[in-house]
Amino acid sequence: MTLINLSGIRKTYFLGEISVEALRGVSLSIEPGEFVAVMGPSGSGKSTLMNILGCLDTPTEGTYTLDGQDVSRLGQDELAVIRNRHIGFVFQGFNLLPRTSALENVELPMLYKGVSRHERRQRAAEALVRVGLGGREHHQPHQLSGGQQQRVAIARALVNESPLILADEPTGNLDTRTSAEIMDFLSELNRTAGITVVLVTHEPDIARFSRRVIMVRDGLVVSDRHPDEEGTTA
Amino acid sequence: MIAFGEIIHVSLRSLRANKMRSALTTLGIVIGVAAVVAMFAIGTGANRKVAAQMASMGSNLLVVRSGSVTSGGARMGGGATPSLSFADAEAIVKECPAVGKAAPTESRTVQIIYGNLNWSTRAEGTTPPMLDIRNWTIGSGRSFNNSEVRSAAKVCLLGQTVADNLFGDEDPLGKVVRVKKVPMVVVGVLGKKGTNAMGQDQDDTLIIPITTAQKRIFGSRHQGKVSSVLVQAADSNSIPAAIEQIEVLLTERHRIRTDEDKDFSVMNLAELMEAAAESTKTLSFLLAAVASISLLVGGIGIMNIMLVSVTERTREIGIRMAVGARTPDILLQFLAEAVILSVLGGLTGIALGALISVLISHFAGWTTVISPLSIGLAFGFSALVGIFFGYYPASKAAALDPIEALRYE
Repeated sequence: MTLINLSGIRKTYFLGEISVEALRGVSLSIEPGEFVAVMGPSGSGKSTLMNILGCLDTPTEGTYTLDGQDVSRLGQDELAVIRNRHIGFVFQGFNLLPRTSALENVELPMLYKGVSRHERRQRAAEALVRVGLGGREHHQPHQLSGGQQQRVAIARALVNESPLILADEPTGNLDTRTSAEIMDFLSELNRTAGITVVLVTHEPDIARFSRRVIMVRDGLVVSDRHPDEEGTTA
Repeated sequence: MIAFGEIIHVSLRSLRANKMRSALTTLGIVIGVAAVVAMFAIGTGANRKVAAQMASMGSNLLVVRSGSVTSGGARMGGGATPSLSFADAEAIVKECPAVGKAAPTESRTVQIIYGNLNWSTRAEGTTPPMLDIRNWTIGSGRSFNNSEVRSAAKVCLLGQTVADNLFGDEDPLGKVVRVKKVPMVVVGVLGKKGTNAMGQDQDDTLIIPITTAQKRIFGSRHQGKVSSVLVQAADSNSIPAAIEQIEVLLTERHRIRTDEDKDFSVMNLAELMEAAAESTKTLSFLLAAVASISLLVGGIGIMNIMLVSVTERTREIGIRMAVGARTPDILLQFLAEAVILSVLGGLTGIALGALISVLISHFAGWTTVISPLSIGLAFGFSALVGIFFGYYPASKAAALDPIEALRYE
């Protein structure tokens, strides 16, 4: 079953009397287990697309089916449940809660899912081990390096067993070597656990880790390529 | 929605992360609640004290006093010439159904001597019913009786203060004291009463038969007449009836024509005391107003800090929403923070208020009573303040747009 299906997605922002069309009819589908990079210059509408894919926003027109459920007309609280169960976020700025231990940061999605405290503790600790941060459960974000903070964020994205990870410029705040580590790790999750990864980036080096690149410009998908396959045909 | 216990846990965590600010935020509530508790303790204490004084003075008490008398065209001042006879007192009891007891009374300051000690006190000449009217008890010995009044017997009752000062540890019963050179036998010592509403020591007194007082000690010019008669109404509901009956009776007995001034007046002492109690009530209302203003200011303080906190933690709210927090989750988290702050402030305030009232009663000597009602009220009010002033910031937090909140720097 197709994981993500966008059909005729339009998003128009009304700023007083001016209306801005951020997305002007985007249709695409993503199958489970894909590793997709969404690229485009700033102002192309890729952030808007990301917000809609992440169920943080709803389209003005068109339908978005996530995991078989039409989510394009849901309200805030219903979207919150969808995000909680189906989507793990990894942000550029890590977005961990300050003055809160790594363990509790990872527990957060389970808190809103209603998982018992004991089980939360256990599963969060396991997720931290999985991202290679075993033994750092009680470190607070400011005591961790950028790469480690991003690993905590990945553990948080994994912990509710969401089928989809949305990574918005996940390496934007990291140096080249750490960036490669994080991307390797995301690739590995994609390969071994079958988690679908949708990555937003403007760096071609980072996009290279994916197996499919969607280019967005002026609110439209301008190209949708599979670089590996092209490589073989060329 | 997540469980209530989890919300409390999350809220407590955030408050702990900002200990200093949380403590300062509660300060307004602490002061407000402490004021409420201390004010209630003082107010209740004052009311109890007034009630105790009213009881010691005698319940349902009326005083009939001689009024102005016109003598050859010159009006004499109130009480200048005693116009009330012993017979008037007896008639009041007999003929006014609303009256329970009545006793004529006259008092002077006298010097009492026992052995080589002497003491100045107020001697009150009266009849036995006075002891009941004024709620006197007999500590030891006995009261004097009606036949001793008729025969102007040389017997007396001592107040505790007088007994202590003249006799110390010695038993005064049966001893002879001299009052204005008249030897008198102590037949009883009165039970202790303490101070009255005016702060006078009620135990500094000597009670003797009215006849003995007038004939042998005071040397009164108007034998058989007194300037005041103490009256006890049958019960508290019959006070107005008693006043009217006494006025009708005495007007008739004194043959006062309708165009003449009455030569007596009837005072309702219970009413005077109630007025005094009423003024303490006014004072407590005033204090309650001050306390509620400080609670209000405390609440506004909480709202202020919570608003700052919501702005400061916009990103945190965005993160929570992104990972699945719903509007009610965020609303309840921030509301719980405000309520925890105000309730903690309330508890601290209750402790502080209790301490203040203990210190006040210790150093100022006021009676203070910390009632469970005031504690419950203070606690309830602080929780209400938290809910009321926490709701607006919490709803602001819950209404944030997750995209905007995540982008907030």
